[in-house]
Amino acid sequence: MSSSKTGIQITRRDLIKAQAAMTAAAVAGMSITANATNLIASSADNQLKWSKAPCRFCGTGCGVSVATRNGRVVATHGDVEAPVNKGLNCVKGYFLAKIMYGKDRLTQPLLRKKDGKFHKEGDFTPVSWDEAFDIMAEKWKATLKEKGPDGIGFFGSGQWTVWEGYAASKLMKAGFLSNNLDPNARHCMASAVGGFMRTFGIDEPMGCYDDFENADAFVLWGSNMAEMHPILWTRLTDRRLSHPHVKVAVLSTFVHRSFDLADIPAVFTPQTDLVLLNAIANYIIESGSVNKDFVSKHVNFRKGNTDIGYGLRPTHPLEMKAKNVDNAGGSTPIDLEEFAKFVSTYTFEYAEKMSGVPAATIEKIAKLYADPKTKVMSLWTMGINQHTRGVWANNLLYNIHLLTGKISEPGNSPFSLTGQPSACGTAREVGTFAHRLPADLVVNNEEHRTYSEKKWKIPKGILNGKVGAHAVLQSRKLKDGDINCYWIQVNNNLQAAPNMNEETYPGYRNPDNFIVTSDAYPTVTAEASDLILPTAMWVEKEGAYGNAERRTQFWHQLIDAPGEARSDLWQLMEFSKRFNIEEVWPADILDANPEYKGKTMFDVLFANGQVDKFPLSETATEYKNFESEYFGFYVQKGLFEEYANFGRGKAHDLAPFDMYHQSRGLRWPVVDGKETQWRFKEGSDPYVKPGTGWEFYGKPDGRAVIFALPYEPPAESPDEEFPLWLSTGRVLEHWHSGSMTQRVPELYKAFPDAVCFMHPDDASAQGMRRGDEVKVISRRGEIKTRIETRGRNKPPRGLVFVPWFDASQLINKVTLDATDPLSKQTDFKKCAVKVVKA
Amino acid sequence: MKTLILSLVTLLVAGTLVMAETQVATLRGSTDLTAEPTPPIMQQAENKDLKRERAYPQQPPTIPHKIDGYQVDLNFNKCLSCHNRKTAEKSQAPMVSITHFQNREGQFLIDVTPARYFCNQCHVPQLDAILLVENMFIDMDTLVSQGK
Repeated sequence: MSSSKTGIQITRRDLIKAQAAMTAAAVAGMSITANATNLIASSADNQLKWSKAPCRFCGTGCGVSVATRNGRVVATHGDVEAPVNKGLNCVKGYFLAKIMYGKDRLTQPLLRKKDGKFHKEGDFTPVSWDEAFDIMAEKWKATLKEKGPDGIGFFGSGQWTVWEGYAASKLMKAGFLSNNLDPNARHCMASAVGGFMRTFGIDEPMGCYDDFENADAFVLWGSNMAEMHPILWTRLTDRRLSHPHVKVAVLSTFVHRSFDLADIPAVFTPQTDLVLLNAIANYIIESGSVNKDFVSKHVNFRKGNTDIGYGLRPTHPLEMKAKNVDNAGGSTPIDLEEFAKFVSTYTFEYAEKMSGVPAATIEKIAKLYADPKTKVMSLWTMGINQHTRGVWANNLLYNIHLLTGKISEPGNSPFSLTGQPSACGTAREVGTFAHRLPADLVVNNEEHRTYSEKKWKIPKGILNGKVGAHAVLQSRKLKDGDINCYWIQVNNNLQAAPNMNEETYPGYRNPDNFIVTSDAYPTVTAEASDLILPTAMWVEKEGAYGNAERRTQFWHQLIDAPGEARSDLWQLMEFSKRFNIEEVWPADILDANPEYKGKTMFDVLFANGQVDKFPLSETATEYKNFESEYFGFYVQKGLFEEYANFGRGKAHDLAPFDMYHQSRGLRWPVVDGKETQWRFKEGSDPYVKPGTGWEFYGKPDGRAVIFALPYEPPAESPDEEFPLWLSTGRVLEHWHSGSMTQRVPELYKAFPDAVCFMHPDDASAQGMRRGDEVKVISRRGEIKTRIETRGRNKPPRGLVFVPWFDASQLINKVTLDATDPLSKQTDFKKCAVKVVKA
Repeated sequence: MKTLILSLVTLLVAGTLVMAETQVATLRGSTDLTAEPTPPIMQQAENKDLKRERAYPQQPPTIPHKIDGYQVDLNFNKCLSCHNRKTAEKSQAPMVSITHFQNREGQFLIDVTPARYFCNQCHVPQLDAILLVENMFIDMDTLVSQGK
């Protein structure tokens, strides 16, 4: 690949030329200005412009220093001033400079056409933005007329910037009056949100990354931070190695890189994390380690409904059989005594039998939690969240920290890690879920809708109170032809969503449906679409992300997007001009509010005196801002300030817009210019009433909830025909579906193709060995891959792991679309497969 | 096989996509979304011990040798047994960057900071795989010498 050879030659030739000139000048007795001939020594030539931006990959939210020169990004490295990462990046972050420059960047809209017209089976043909929006508007209008707002859908992302998610939410909910808006964060963080709302009544972690430098013990629940949150892993490693008393426990269904640092390793049978968590709660109670003072003042106990199904289609036998599908979230009050009785059956012996983890190991972990002198940080992501009992698992984790009062203090921290760079900042805080409005408000609460209508300056009673279709339901509705117009932004859902063969692909190719994908690169989702919109990415636009520790971070537009590529924000706002408000709002509401008549949706949503309040002159002079220059006002500031108004004074306070451009991010709530490190704790969180110590103010009585919830089996388990568990996930070098990182040569060459990680004995039992071509087959589909028995992941017998970054090995053809009935998040970690020689 | 087809398709598709196409997902080459391509033979890590040019000075160098079976865990770090200050002379391996001796506060320590203990979070070997898509990143020196 490299032209390093050529590079050396050129340098050498230039050097020789320079040497020759100097020699000739000396011989001729002339003096020419001496200069270091093999350095770019001239100060003008040797300059780079360095700017800050958060990393565009995981939820850690590292600060990145970005160098530009002549309109291009030429270098990136860890921002030494960023508190998150203090100058360090992971290998993906170090190669951010290259993600914009894949040769196949999309630079113009592409529409499937036959004989000069749109045709579902046509070839992708370059069209103008005008033509693209024409056909989109035509399809959207026809569907709205025929089916109303339920007939359209939008699938966004935790990689949307804050204002993109906000504009999309406003477009769908206030404009089209449709709640069929969901982000891909549904696939990754919905169970975490469910857990927070159920236990605390308010979303997102109470602690922050400073916990890493204060904890005495770390317990990883199904998380492989060494690969998925590498920079947080450096902070954890630093703490462990430089403070030898610190202990690290790593629990997972297979051995992975995080085990390299484990003092207490534990490999458990899939789904039995529920047993282990209850066994630890039982130990805390039986050993007399309950923090009685804390529990009596700050905690309520409830027993949750059980037998809640698996979020499959209602016709599935598992759903027909389950008792509480319709009231999965129901619960009844109990007390500590009843809770103690409930968990008393979860002995270490029972836990060992269920999980395969030795009782002595479970006891070691339990003691970390039980010992009042040990500050414990629990960490988890997809292992707990992508789980048909994901909300339960989150609840059970909080149980342990609440029983011991180990919460909201430096080092005592149940910490839900985030997958995407703005799953928190955009998907969750802005509320781009089918049931949400900004700042933790929900659509099916009239008071919340009224509040939102006021903030949005739209007529009272206009917002749709019916919860819309979540990610997996959107796919089902596309297949069934109930949603006919679908817009996908900043994600590769055909590769990411479960059960591609049976649920997603048929919906995208359903002749009744018109599918639009906005992306920087031609992904598999783009290929399955009807219209592809070329999209600006990362520092090609002004942006904001919110990371896992509630830190909101801004960046400026540093370079132009290539060709006609435009940001998601521009696309959303420009598309809204295609609709008169009469085409999207009911006539009776317009008759009662005639001042809206004759306006476009753009006028009502974005030229409303709030979003367009800040003039162009307030944009930064040294940076471009394509959207603002195009629309004629400071778009990002207007959207941010309107959005921030939802949460200010309501424990979601965001700082004034301009502060974020000056800082390396601030952790909300930001009150009187000060960020909050530990929420719910007096002295640290300004919302806690003096004298209370702790106050879980998300709940009306200020008390968090400990839930009694049992073990229930997974939706699908290995059997004779499909004898292996399949777990899917990521690898360090690739971000999600690989659409960016597979185009960076160094990252691609570090891990070019997906493989099936397998125990060598499972392989040899079938006469297979490392490197063999195999099929991974489930009841739903298959892929071809190769066996890896010596790699970084070491599954136990009976389990295989296949990463999902590889567009040529679409492992989601194999996975099952079973979801947590509460969070609607898919369990990508458990289904039954067989592996056979291809 | 996959790589061969892919490079052909890359040639056809890459760039501006002026030609009408139904198969645009470059990373899959000419394989239909409903078909399963044959996975490439597993590649070997380049093991020539020749330093590679960095794309920019801040780029962590990629590893020019195999690291199969290297122990880097709670007990021992095999990489540092060659690349640390006190071992580099004997091994003639490049010493880790001076930045690796700084803690979070920027203070230089006696030895490599534990924060940088797991080398392969930033440094990765390179397999002899053929690229699916070319990357058009331009080196800063090239930009300057082009006088753009």
